[in-house]
Amino acid sequence: MRNIFLFIRRYFNFVFFVVLQVVALYILFHYNKFHEAVFSGVANELTGNIGGKYSNVTNYFHLKSTNDQLAKENTELRNALFSNFTRPDTSQRTVQDTVPYDTLGHFRKYKWRDARVVNNSVSLPNNTLTINRGSNQGVQKNMGVISSQGVVGVVINTSSNYAVVMSLLHRQTKISASLKKTGETGQVSWDGTSPLFVTLKHIPKSAPIAKGDSIVTSSYASYFPPGVLIGTIMDVVDDKSSSFYTLRIKPATNFFNVQYVSVVENMLKDEQAKLEEETNKINQ
Amino acid sequence: MSDLVRNTVRFVLFILVQYYVLFQIRPLHEFVVPYIYYLYVLWLPFTMGRMSLMLVSFLFGLTLDYFTQTPGLHAAACVMIAYLRGFVVNILIPQEGAELNYKSPSPVSMGWAPYAVYVLVLTLVHHIYLVLLEWLQFGSFLFFLGKVLATSGISLMLVLITELLFFRKEKFRTNTA
Repeated sequence: MRNIFLFIRRYFNFVFFVVLQVVALYILFHYNKFHEAVFSGVANELTGNIGGKYSNVTNYFHLKSTNDQLAKENTELRNALFSNFTRPDTSQRTVQDTVPYDTLGHFRKYKWRDARVVNNSVSLPNNTLTINRGSNQGVQKNMGVISSQGVVGVVINTSSNYAVVMSLLHRQTKISASLKKTGETGQVSWDGTSPLFVTLKHIPKSAPIAKGDSIVTSSYASYFPPGVLIGTIMDVVDDKSSSFYTLRIKPATNFFNVQYVSVVENMLKDEQAKLEEETNKINQ
Repeated sequence: MSDLVRNTVRFVLFILVQYYVLFQIRPLHEFVVPYIYYLYVLWLPFTMGRMSLMLVSFLFGLTLDYFTQTPGLHAAACVMIAYLRGFVVNILIPQEGAELNYKSPSPVSMGWAPYAVYVLVLTLVHHIYLVLLEWLQFGSFLFFLGKVLATSGISLMLVLITELLFFRKEKFRTNTA
């Protein structure tokens, strides 16, 4: 027993070194579970706070481009206004419906919230953004995030006033996407090489594709509304052995200066997931 | 300025510069990632005990980790160089007791050549360990080798620039004064 104590005292530095290494590696490889349980709230609030001050400064440098983007989005929205469209049949008079609720049973599926990006990275192997909306404002995990240009990513972690978003430039990103023209569905992911493009896989070679074609979120993507622009085809990686295309996609969102985003909540997501899970249980 | 204040200020500055300047630069290539923050560990005073050295480095790395959302990655690498720092200094210090005459490792206190070796060795160790941890999660051997070499090259250049820009005057301390 005495020898054990002597041994520990003699090699105390080494033992301490090993303990610290084990702690660090444990946190690293149990990232999600450990992170949530122990530090997430406090650390997110702190780094989000500093990030907010920093982005207050950098915001000024991007004012012009942000303005242009917003003006462009405004015109797009104006074009989509109902008052732009006329009815072909003018002989009929529209009668105001006096029933106060929608008799067709329409109800809301997607809910949008705006947010500002306070922290952003593009050069790391796994890139994330921090936005200034958190669980107090109703942002939860697994909500889609969209900028005025296109898809940004998915919320992976929230504190009370901030949320961390896994951007398209993250190795764990998997978003169901489809060709806008013909509707073939594939999966968008990132291989970590360059922040200038992402990869689209599982598109069958029967689909007609051309450079510059739009890729949008598919109707199977439960985090996003269908038809949101992800990017455009930049080039085709030829793989003769496969009957599927591997396409390089230029993301529509400019991740280098993204500043204002919207968080989309799919209010029926849980119901769909529950139904599918129950069905899977029966099938097994 | 006392040692405590100086090192606290450095702690904050190194983190902010690393995250808000160097990590925000558009990457030239996936291999080239400019790192400077670990210089904080190399600049800590001689008189700190091994244990407190490792503890401070752990907290320092973990702080950066919370900015980059990779808890544990930089902390592990920082603890590694903090542990090995003592051995390297002992081998490179020119004569017995020289570490008592000066406060912290610098070109003045150790001489340019030994200091360069000290920085080179610890830089390589830091990057090899850091990229190895990344490599365990993805990538190929070529990725590992290329990233270690390219990243070490750019980091050494940054260290040289920092040493020249912020030249640290080290007073020779004797017990007679």
